[in-house]
Amino acid sequence: MTREELLTKLKTIIAPYVQNQEKFKNLNENTDFINDLEINSANLVDVVLDVEDEFDIEIDNDAMEKMLTVKASLEVIENKLALK
Amino acid sequence: MSKRRVVITGMGVVSPNGMNVSEFKDAIRNGSSGIRFIEQLKELKFSCQIAGLPLFEKDYLNNYFSDIQLRGLQATGMEYGVIAGVDAWKNAGFSIHNSETPLWDAGVIFGTGILGVDKFREAIYKVDQGNVRRLGSNTVTQTMASGISAFLGGKLGCGNIVTTNSSACSTGTEAILMAYDRVAAGNAEVILAGSTSDSGPYIWGGFDAMRILPYRYNQNPTQASRPMSASASGFVPGSGAGALVIESLDSALNRKATIYAEILGGHINSGGQRNGGSMTAPNSLAVQRCIQSAIKNSGIDAEDIDAINGHLTATTKDSTEIQNWCAALGRKGNDFPYINSLKSMVGHCLAASGSIESVATVLQLKENFIFGTINCEDLHPEIASLVGRDRIPTKTMNFSPNIIAKASFGFGDVNACVIFKKY
Repeated sequence: MTREELLTKLKTIIAPYVQNQEKFKNLNENTDFINDLEINSANLVDVVLDVEDEFDIEIDNDAMEKMLTVKASLEVIENKLALK
Repeated sequence: MSKRRVVITGMGVVSPNGMNVSEFKDAIRNGSSGIRFIEQLKELKFSCQIAGLPLFEKDYLNNYFSDIQLRGLQATGMEYGVIAGVDAWKNAGFSIHNSETPLWDAGVIFGTGILGVDKFREAIYKVDQGNVRRLGSNTVTQTMASGISAFLGGKLGCGNIVTTNSSACSTGTEAILMAYDRVAAGNAEVILAGSTSDSGPYIWGGFDAMRILPYRYNQNPTQASRPMSASASGFVPGSGAGALVIESLDSALNRKATIYAEILGGHINSGGQRNGGSMTAPNSLAVQRCIQSAIKNSGIDAEDIDAINGHLTATTKDSTEIQNWCAALGRKGNDFPYINSLKSMVGHCLAASGSIESVATVLQLKENFIFGTINCEDLHPEIASLVGRDRIPTKTMNFSPNIIAKASFGFGDVNACVIFKKY
């Protein structure tokens, strides 16, 4: 799976949780889930569960804590996929 | 300090026989039952396979919840309560504001017995499988009892009291009186008061196990709920939500709101599980005292009461309740007020019963009718010996009541009685 494909899938997953649509439109790798997209911090755990379902991976607590930006999330997903 | 006058300026309801106030009003006037056969209860080997269940298409919820709020929503009590609560709020002429400043003088008192049992069931399975990490963020907010008041308080931006009360089957009436007290005392201007009850086998199973539900009506559900009838054989479990906007008269007049009725006062007490009272049965002296205190607190006399909306669940306790009303009011025979029971049409909506029945009671004051109690053509002989037959109409009658007393009683030997007056 290319990074581009991963990003498309990730965007679909986070879309329902996003509260700042303007920033979502201009999403890039440096976009921050809480500060830019204004995702409720309680919902970050739901994003992670949706990522697990989509990619059939398990994300441990340490990895989850890193998933605050698009870039970090893509890296976590790539790492987990590589271990499959 | 003198009490401020308090009125009702908005109502909402999710009932087994009507998904909004307009449908509900038509249903209670026409004696339409919302009690139906539930296939799932049969599959699960319930004795009583019928229930009062609100029916609506799933996409109706899109009017009240965002996509994200709907994901993983498994709390029917939350659905019913939010629909009824938001409807009542809008009916009162309030909008849902987006200001960053909370409404400091507006609160929510919305009761329930237990919330989100289906969500809780899902959580229990996951936890027992060692999969707690997969619960997601909404297990707590859907299963905490105050989930309903918290959701409504946030949606409406309320900055006064936001809480959930719980007193079994008197919960809804208690919520109204708690709101009344707070507004009358000047500690809030408006409170969204109400109650909700989940539906489903995990709510109703415990009552089925107690053998207090009728089990001979699975083929003819609409005849099963028979308050005051000689053939009453138990209460039909129900579910839903009722909501009333309780507001100071000053505030209501200032914003030229429609006023449905005035709340004169009421009383809440307990029989202490003494003198025949128990976890499941009422202490009759406490019931009488509750009614009498409500009358006194309202500044009226027993003769002023034109009609009663009873608790009247369709068990053997109905006769006892009528005896208690007779004793408390000092009235019987043809001098007894008109009396009816909504449970004949919707069953016993448990924590939601007091609020749904209060909506029905207030509609009678506003629209000048007394709805008929269905399935009580064969009046119980003990009741017939106390109250004139025409005092218990089986069909809706045109009548313009001025004052109606509404009482609810609950497990734990708890009582609540509220006095509504035409405005």
